[in-house]
Amino acid sequence: MKMLNQMKLTFMSKSNNEAFSRTAVAAFMSQLDPTVDELTDLKTAVSEAVTNCIVHGYPDSIGMVYITAAIYPDSRIVVTIKDKGCGIDDIGRAMEPLYTSCPDGERAGLGFAVMQSLCDKVRVRSAPGKGTSVSLTRMVRLRGQDDGKGAE
Amino acid sequence: MLKMSVRIYLADDLLTACLIGEIDHHSAKAIREEIDEAAGRARPERLMLDFRDVTFMDSSGIGLVMGRYAMMRELGGELLIDNMPAHIKKVMKLAGLEKLANIETGGRAK
Repeated sequence: MKMLNQMKLTFMSKSNNEAFSRTAVAAFMSQLDPTVDELTDLKTAVSEAVTNCIVHGYPDSIGMVYITAAIYPDSRIVVTIKDKGCGIDDIGRAMEPLYTSCPDGERAGLGFAVMQSLCDKVRVRSAPGKGTSVSLTRMVRLRGQDDGKGAE
Repeated sequence: MLKMSVRIYLADDLLTACLIGEIDHHSAKAIREEIDEAAGRARPERLMLDFRDVTFMDSSGIGLVMGRYAMMRELGGELLIDNMPAHIKKVMKLAGLEKLANIETGGRAK
């Protein structure tokens, strides 16, 4: 399907960019006229993915994080969050709820579980040593349209 | 860009931490340090995390809860949670964490 609109964002993997990047994606999403819940869901999912780039993609250095967001005519937004960091050896294990590679007990290990519960589709591609790309797809329900399924 | 702060009160054996603003990986570190410092000094029997004024929270907030739960257990006390945002409550349930911090019973429990 042909996209209606697209934006790209590139920033350093500094933790104070977590708030900036999720807010920027939410501002772009707002042209779909989402509900507050839909906006919060995507903001939260983007925050998880960007945090993963900062904490896991570039654990000992600062690299660049690349976000592309596209809007499609079926009221769908697809956000891709990419890093060129260390990559994930075992994607299946990384996506298990409560699994974390950080032993200090302060990371819940729920990043992917949150993304999966708040998005319609989550796709992860990774190559060790080359980086990771996470694509989040979220439908925004058209106002006045009730498919009986709700937005979540 | 400091968007988060925490107000901490001590009343008898209850230490209350009111979290204000956005909780993410960036802000969680400072919140954690402030709470742990106050708890280390006061050694309260109960620690209450109040999420009433939290405007955004991702799974870093859950990590914050899990870490404080472990700390209070070490101090021989208990952790209370109040006003957890609905979308995060949903995620905690998904991970089965409502057993760790029971957030169902009127918003506050062990």
